[in-house]
Amino acid sequence: MNAKEQVQQISGVNPYKCMKCGKCSATCPAYEEMDIKPHQFVSYVQSGNIEALAACKSMWKCLSCFACVERCPRDVQPGRILDAARQIVVRQRGGNYLTAEEIPPLVDEDLPQQLLVSAYRRYKR
Amino acid sequence: MQRIGVFVCHCGSNIAATVDVKKVAEMARLEPGVVFADDYQYMCSEAGQAKIGAAIKEYNLTGLVVCSCSPRMHEATFRKCAERYGLNPYMVEIANIREHCSWIHKDMEEATQKAVILARAAIAKVNLNAPLQAGESRVTKRALVIGGGIAGIQTALDIADAGYEVDIVEKTPSIGGRMSQLDKTFPTLDCSACILTPKMVDAAGHEKIKIYTYSEVEKVSGFVGDFTVDIRKKARSVDEAKCTGCGVCQEKCPSKKTPSEFNRGLNNRSAIYTPFAQAIPNVPVIDREACIKFKTGKCGVCEKVCQAGAINYAQEDEIITEKYGAIVVATGFDTIKLDKYDEYAYSQSKDVITSLELERIMNAAGPTKGHLERLSDGKAPKEIVFVQCVGSRCSDERGKPYCSKICCMYTAKHAMLIRDKYPDVNVTVFYIDVRTPGKNFDEFYRRAVEEYGVNYIKGQVGKVAPQPDGSLLVQGSDLIDNKQIKIKADMVVLATAIEPNQGVRNIATMLTASIDTNNFLTEAHPKLRPVESPTAGVFLSGVCQGPKDIPETVSQAGAAAVKVIGLLAKDKLTTNPCTAQADELLCNGCSNCAKVCPYGAITYETRQVNDHGIREDRRIAVVNKALCQGCGACTVTCPSGAMDLQGFSNRQLIAEVDAICR
Repeated sequence: MNAKEQVQQISGVNPYKCMKCGKCSATCPAYEEMDIKPHQFVSYVQSGNIEALAACKSMWKCLSCFACVERCPRDVQPGRILDAARQIVVRQRGGNYLTAEEIPPLVDEDLPQQLLVSAYRRYKR
Repeated sequence: MQRIGVFVCHCGSNIAATVDVKKVAEMARLEPGVVFADDYQYMCSEAGQAKIGAAIKEYNLTGLVVCSCSPRMHEATFRKCAERYGLNPYMVEIANIREHCSWIHKDMEEATQKAVILARAAIAKVNLNAPLQAGESRVTKRALVIGGGIAGIQTALDIADAGYEVDIVEKTPSIGGRMSQLDKTFPTLDCSACILTPKMVDAAGHEKIKIYTYSEVEKVSGFVGDFTVDIRKKARSVDEAKCTGCGVCQEKCPSKKTPSEFNRGLNNRSAIYTPFAQAIPNVPVIDREACIKFKTGKCGVCEKVCQAGAINYAQEDEIITEKYGAIVVATGFDTIKLDKYDEYAYSQSKDVITSLELERIMNAAGPTKGHLERLSDGKAPKEIVFVQCVGSRCSDERGKPYCSKICCMYTAKHAMLIRDKYPDVNVTVFYIDVRTPGKNFDEFYRRAVEEYGVNYIKGQVGKVAPQPDGSLLVQGSDLIDNKQIKIKADMVVLATAIEPNQGVRNIATMLTASIDTNNFLTEAHPKLRPVESPTAGVFLSGVCQGPKDIPETVSQAGAAAVKVIGLLAKDKLTTNPCTAQADELLCNGCSNCAKVCPYGAITYETRQVNDHGIREDRRIAVVNKALCQGCGACTVTCPSGAMDLQGFSNRQLIAEVDAICR
């Protein structure tokens, strides 16, 4: 499975449902902090540019507020794509999931708390 | 024994690319009764039909099997062809090897095998076919149009101008529909009322048109050419014959707190009201829910002030039963509810409005007398944001999956009109795509951008947040600049998706007309029969069939009228001879068939029967051939196997199954 298929499988998102309206980027509260914008998450998956997606800063700026998931008129859910990219990165770093003890030294002061909560929620499974 | 000819069509490459048509003909030749089999590129073409004709003569054929497309497409074509060459049309059977075979299979070998089996089944059936004679039914030369908007009015006028009687049934107190609520119309910007009201007057004054307003269709029975319809004329509480339309009752009515439906709830109306000044008929109705007299028994002001003595509190609903030959559905549309779109703050702020509400605000006869003002504080807005595709093109459950089609154009119109009348107002339009297919449509939109300075931004709005100072913070995407932009707006206008009117599903059910998952009525063929419902005698006009603008609606209304006229011009209709009949020796008179018959075609009579020499009086089912539509419900219900459908007899169907299983 290539990286693109991996993102699609983990996220359960079909990026081709996107009609490029930009509502995700319009709704994102962390937009200004991001280098790659929410609507671009989708086009990056469409074009298979997962490497760039996995290297983006946006991944660690996303609040996981899921506003883009809630408001997307096409049910594309850009937030889930980013979640999948995060998971791929975490997997690449070796070992499956982080344990709670491993978190404190990794915490960046700029990291939103909601992201941590979301990470626990996601990785505990 | 029949002498059967089998004709296998290539349908260009539609069939021949997936099915080995030569093989199908070759295999058919081996079947019992088949004396001739051939294949041809286009069997439905003139040359193809000539081939069939020649074979009928040369081989003295008594039955035909055409292996081609669906019988819905060309059964009638090949039946006519057979008749032309002297064969009874009901001696033709179609084996559908396109929709049921070539279009759905990829593997040629498998598809060919299936085509051979389908042909075999049709041959087995034709072997048992008998010539049938079509009967005749009468045509009531009167049409019913359900809905009195521009679609219904235009259809009615066109039918009436051809000399046929038409009745319009309109749910609200006046005809006029959505178009009467609009201010200007694209792309020419003529005033909606100026082009609509003369048509309303024409319809009202036409000697062939009868208008039932404040009325609804309650029951429909019968079939094409001979429908019987019950119309509920709701009690107006005002005598139409006496009322002079002076309007004093509306002025004096003390109950003035009901939101005006016509003005989309932007202001209030009295309990006794006409929806708008140019209403037809210009006779008010009393809204009994709001009327003080009806609620408490005390008041009666309208009765006191009415010089004509037209007020009648005791009036009751009336049921009118009328016969019609054809029925046109023209029930129109409404905008969707926005309660699930919290992000646009529609229910939180009075200054977030729908485009239809803006039409009322811009209209000189509207709640603000045509002044563009904020509904919250009456101030003139300086910054207006339009949001396109609100609820349209949504695949989630909040909106509609289709494009509402009219929004791009009316938004360009609104933007342009505002910039023209109030040049100091900034207008921004957020769009996903600008869709302007139509004569002079794209030019119109470009004028908004190039001449009127409307700021079009490619991107959607994600959030509208009402601010403490009364402004609205609009947060949207600019996908070209790759920026998130924030605009402090005074007013936000939402291009809200449209949907078929409430109640259309109920009407479709009464008419047994098919309807899609979005509640749009289905046409008989999306390209070739766009104004007819698959149910014979039912026609479609306007947005009830799918989103359309006024020019398209008027065109379709005219097309529906032509189809109705074509039907009403006939004195007799040929009926389907494939009707049910009961075998009097098998029928036990149990009444089960009469209970399931959707057309009320079955009655019972007591008749003397000679059962193998024993004469006795028995209760036997009798089918009215004019009413029977050949649905077959009775044949499967009959416990003794007495009911049989001509052309689809139990023997024929079993023979088909046997042929498939062989």
